[in-house]
Amino acid sequence: MSAAAEPLVVPRPRGPVTTFCIRLIREKPLGAIGAVIFLVFLFCGVFADILAPYGINQISPANRLKPPSVKYWLGTDHLGRDMLSRILYGAQLSVIIGFAAATLATIVSVVIGIVTGYLGGKVDLIVQRLVDAWMSFPELIILIVVVSVLGPGMIQVIFVLGLTFGIGGSRIIRGAVVSVREQMYVHSAQSMGASTPRILMQHILPNVLPPIIVLFTTRVGAVILVESGLSFLGFGVPPPAPTWGGMLSGTGRTYMYLAPWLALAPGLCLTMVVYGINVLGDAMRDLLDPRMRGSR
Amino acid sequence: MSKLLEVTGLTTRFRTERGAVMAVDDVSFDVDAGETLAIVGESGSGKSVTALSLMRLIPNPPGEITAGTVMFEGRDLLKLSDAEMQAVRGDRIAMIFQEPMTSLNPSLTVGLQVGEPVQLHRGATWKAALEKAGELLMRVRIPDAKARVDAYPHQFSGGMRQRAMIAMALACQPKLIIADEPTTALDVTVQSQILSLLKELTRETGAALILITHDLGVVARYADRVSVMYAGRVVETGTARDIYKRPQHPYTRGLMACVPRLDGALGSRLVPIEGQPPDLSRLPPGCAFAPRCVDVTDKCLLSRPVLEDVGGGHHKACFVPANAAAGVPAHA
Repeated sequence: MSAAAEPLVVPRPRGPVTTFCIRLIREKPLGAIGAVIFLVFLFCGVFADILAPYGINQISPANRLKPPSVKYWLGTDHLGRDMLSRILYGAQLSVIIGFAAATLATIVSVVIGIVTGYLGGKVDLIVQRLVDAWMSFPELIILIVVVSVLGPGMIQVIFVLGLTFGIGGSRIIRGAVVSVREQMYVHSAQSMGASTPRILMQHILPNVLPPIIVLFTTRVGAVILVESGLSFLGFGVPPPAPTWGGMLSGTGRTYMYLAPWLALAPGLCLTMVVYGINVLGDAMRDLLDPRMRGSR
Repeated sequence: MSKLLEVTGLTTRFRTERGAVMAVDDVSFDVDAGETLAIVGESGSGKSVTALSLMRLIPNPPGEITAGTVMFEGRDLLKLSDAEMQAVRGDRIAMIFQEPMTSLNPSLTVGLQVGEPVQLHRGATWKAALEKAGELLMRVRIPDAKARVDAYPHQFSGGMRQRAMIAMALACQPKLIIADEPTTALDVTVQSQILSLLKELTRETGAALILITHDLGVVARYADRVSVMYAGRVVETGTARDIYKRPQHPYTRGLMACVPRLDGALGSRLVPIEGQPPDLSRLPPGCAFAPRCVDVTDKCLLSRPVLEDVGGGHHKACFVPANAAAGVPAHA
C-alpha cells in the first residue's frame, strides 16, 4: 500500500441488464426462447391498434366462419369478425390485465413482505396468520364471489387478482427479507444512525430485488391464465371485449367442430404465452439466485 | 474535566429458553477523549454485547438493558429517545464490525455507503456525499480512491473493505469509535496495517477508541488502558503497561501465560487455562472463574468479588492477594 501503487483500473462492469441478457442466452437457451415469446406477445399487445388488419367488432356477415386464408390469416368467427385482429386485441387486454394485476400483486407482496419480515415480532405474527387464513381459501372461489358481488369488468378483475396474488406472494418476499435482515451490513447501517425507512429502502429492498423480479414475471403468466379461466366461466371481462378466455368459451366451444380455428387460435396463443413466461421466470430465478452471484 | 464516556453498572440481560442470561453484568469503565481502551476476553465473555449495549443496538426481544448508565458527552445514552440515539449513532459514536466481508451492502457502490453517514447526519446531497466519500477513501489510503468510489464491494479485498468501513466510521468525525474485533477476519499482515491506520487516524482526529479484541498482542501495541472481561463481568482493569507487567487477576495471568513470547526461555511451555468458559445461564454463586482458577479459596466459591483498587488506577475483582497467589507467575 505505497503511494507508488500502479494506476489501478477498476473494471467497469457491463450494465447488469446486458450481463443478464448474455447469461440468459448462454446458460438458459430455453429461457431465452421464453423471453422472445414474451417480447413478441408484449409487442403485439402494445401495437395491436396498428397491427390489426380489421376492427375488433367489425362484422362482415358475408364472410362468416371462413377458414384461414390470405385475406383472413386466422379465419373469421360466426359474425364474420377477423380472428387475427381479435387475437391481437386480446393480447392487448391480456397485457393490460397481466401487467396491471401483476404490478399490484408485486407491490402488495413487497409492502407486506418487507414490513413484516423486517419488523418481525408481533406485527409479523399477526399479519402472517392473516395471510395463512387468506391462503387457505381456494383462490377461484374468492374471485368468483367478489366478481359476482361487484359485477364483471376489467378493473374488478385487476383488483381481485392483484390482491389475491399479492397476499400469497408476500410470503416469498418475507422469507428473503428475513435472511437479509440479519446481514452485517444492515447492523452496520443501524450503527451509522440510519432510520428504519431508510434501511428498508436503501439496504433491504435492493437485496431482495431478484425474488421480486422473478415473482413479478411469474405473476404476469399466472394472472393471464387465471383471467382466461374467469372469462371462460363468464366472470371475466364481459363480451364483446375480445379476451382469449372469452373467445375460447364463446364461439370457440360452440363452433368447435365446424370451425376449429376459433378455439385453436386463442388456445394456442394462451398456451404459448404462459409457457414462455413460465420458462423465462424459471430461468431468471436460476440466474438471479444469490448463491450464483459474484460469478459475473 | 469529566470523562468522554463513563459506563456505570451496565447490565444486559437476554431471555433464553433456559432462563435469563446476564450477558453483561454490572460492567463499569470509562474512556477519556483521545484514549484507546481495549476490552479483552474470550468468546462469549460479553465484549461484543457491551459494545452493542453502548450503541443501544441490542435486539429486543430477547435482549434488554436492565440497569446502568452510559454517560457520553454529559448525557445518559440509555435515557435518550430513539430519534436522539439515532442522531448519536454514526455521528458522535461510530462502530466498526468484525466482518468486513459482509459489512458492506453488495448492491450499492462503496462510495454511496461510505458517504451515507454524511448524508444522514449533515444533510449532504448525493453528490456532496460521494465527493466526501472519495476524500475519506483517500484518507484510509485506498489507492486510486476517486475511481473506486463507484466500485462495488465485491471488487474490494477484505483489507480494502475494512478500510472502507473505517472511512465510513470517520465520516462525521465521531468522538468515539468502537471497533469490535476489526481484524479478526483478516490476514496477519493486513491486520497490523489496519490497526496502525485506525490508531493513526484516531490520533489525528482526537477520537477515542474502544478496541474489542481477544488478541493480547494487539492490546500491548495499541491500547492505553485495558479492561479484562470474564463471564459478562470486568475482572481487571488498568493501564496496558500495568496489566502486562503486573497482572493481578488469576484469569489475566492465565491469559498471559498462554501467549507465546519471543523473550521467553527457550523450550518453555505455554500453559493453557484448564476447563471451559462457564455457561452463563448457570453461573456459580461465587466468582465465575473459581472453577478454573488455580488460586481458588473457599471464599471464592461462596461470594462474588467486586472490583477493588490495588493502586495506581489498577483494579481487580479477586479475593486472593496477587503476591499470595501460587499460580502462574507474572512475567516480570
